[in-house]
Amino acid sequence: MGRYVARRLLQMIPVFLGTTLLIFLMVHSLPGDPVLAMFGDKGADPATIAAKRHELGLDKPEWQQYLLYMRDMLLHADFGTQIRNGLPVTEVLGDAFPITLQLAALAFAIELIFGIGLGIIGGLRAGRMADNMILVFTLLIISIPVFVLGFIIKMVFAFNLGWIKPNVSPVPAWDELIAPAIVLGGLSLAYVARLTRTSMAENLRADYMRTAVAKGLPRRRVIGVHLMRNSMIPVITFLGTDIGALMGGAIVTESIFNIKGVGGVIAESISRREGATLVGLVTILVIVYLVTSLLIDLLYAVLDPRIRYA
Amino acid sequence: MPDVTKTAAAVEEAVATPSVDAPAPAAQQEKARSLWGDAWADLRRNPYFIVSSVLISVLLLISAWPTLFTSASPTVGDLVHHFLSKPELGSIGSPDWLGYDQQGRSVYARLIHGTRASIIVGVCVTAIVTVLGGIMGMISGYFGGKIDAVLSRVTDIFFGIPFLLGAMVVLQAFVERTVWVVVFALAFLGWTQITRVMRGSVITVKQADYVHAAKALGAGTTRILFRHILPNAMAPVIVVATIALGGYISAEATLSYLGLGLAAPTVSWGVDISAGVAQIRVAPHVLLWPSIMLSITVLAFIMLGEAVRNALDPKLR
Repeated sequence: MGRYVARRLLQMIPVFLGTTLLIFLMVHSLPGDPVLAMFGDKGADPATIAAKRHELGLDKPEWQQYLLYMRDMLLHADFGTQIRNGLPVTEVLGDAFPITLQLAALAFAIELIFGIGLGIIGGLRAGRMADNMILVFTLLIISIPVFVLGFIIKMVFAFNLGWIKPNVSPVPAWDELIAPAIVLGGLSLAYVARLTRTSMAENLRADYMRTAVAKGLPRRRVIGVHLMRNSMIPVITFLGTDIGALMGGAIVTESIFNIKGVGGVIAESISRREGATLVGLVTILVIVYLVTSLLIDLLYAVLDPRIRYA
Repeated sequence: MPDVTKTAAAVEEAVATPSVDAPAPAAQQEKARSLWGDAWADLRRNPYFIVSSVLISVLLLISAWPTLFTSASPTVGDLVHHFLSKPELGSIGSPDWLGYDQQGRSVYARLIHGTRASIIVGVCVTAIVTVLGGIMGMISGYFGGKIDAVLSRVTDIFFGIPFLLGAMVVLQAFVERTVWVVVFALAFLGWTQITRVMRGSVITVKQADYVHAAKALGAGTTRILFRHILPNAMAPVIVVATIALGGYISAEATLSYLGLGLAAPTVSWGVDISAGVAQIRVAPHVLLWPSIMLSITVLAFIMLGEAVRNALDPKLR
């Protein structure tokens, strides 16, 4: 177990470096110049621009820039400075991240509760009316693109019924985020429901289920412990990879409901060629992704003792 | 696009698919059918398969010959038909049918002509991703060891970048964003999913007896890979690819909505949806119809994938 964790942590290093390097190179190969953009249409004399470029370290070769960036990030937790307004990237992200985190957490809770709930109903009544209705519902949700769902919800609940505000306030309260969270988590909810349903319907016929019933265990225990525990592995795998995806996917939801989270920061830094901000953001998302996937793998052993780590 | 990353679920489901140890070419016995023959017999009776393949055939027909369905131009507008002239539902097939957009262009004509962009993006990205990811996954899974370790880390690196975010950065690098640029951006980040599925599938298949038998008989690596491994490892890949195709179509629309996908002169559903957003309160039909078409198309491909999955994996029933 300890060896396994150590090996996984070591494997994370090249992936972490590779991903940050890839996004770094991608952002730096974008056309356009952030320093020129800073001066707008008027422009500035070449000496000023050169000085500014030197100050920001943009005159060095790209590999040096990457190494310096990584050094500052790893040693000083310094993610660089936004070129446009001189604010440290950590500060910009510090303002935006909590809001996205709040939104993602709410979406995750919705997908967990309703996704698994619908999945259990479908799985236990496989092939019957309720199952078919859940199947149709999830297929529909999967087919409707996130932004279309967002606009439908906005149109119906904000414009026609007036139950929610069309735009979320700058520092949103939890209840304001419910509608956006449904939009953000809807797709995952459908997948969670389907995975749970498939996995449960399959395991219902497993030998250990027959044994558990034959032993005379109460139905509650058979389903709650024996069936659930064995059916949750694919679901948990999906939920794990989804945490990162929810935060990355918040771009669309945030733009629909005017939420001031990382989505706006991402869109803005892409159009302004703010490489440092983007790389910082992606780095955080990659760390979240790597850590959750490790945790998920470790969770397997808890759910299924047959799984051992070499 | 989140839609596509979400197909990770499909990956899990497909990977969970046990190796279907079908007897390879089984022409000797009269009754024995191959895995694919069985699946085909199954598919023909599946209503989901029938509905989705009819829908997809119609969509392909529309994208190949849009002029069969409407004679109105998607780009010429007449301001006499201001977008406030709402749809006239009685006149099916005429340019008036679904109303007009802000510039007096027929929403119906744009709907028909916009089909091509979505279908091209979906089909091309899926084709590239399947070939590229399939080869990577096959090499990784079959040879194992160091090759696998390196390829898997490369896959992880690309997988770690959030799909939508990565595609946005790639697209930003192009001034003129044609359909092919969008195809490139989506394929650049999309192949990892197929690689993972293929790798898992090949690892299960390569332990099968017929592979050992072929090796013992002295078959070469290429022959084993293409004659024995590939046909038996393809099933989960095809399922994931079909479902992902819908996801790519929706990804294209999402990027266009964000202003980073296809742009104005190109006629596409995504372009129309993003234009319709501004008038959502005055003229919701401009936004609604392309959204409905988009959702139906995605639904058709997802249903097809589901049907194929059920046919290939009888255990799920």
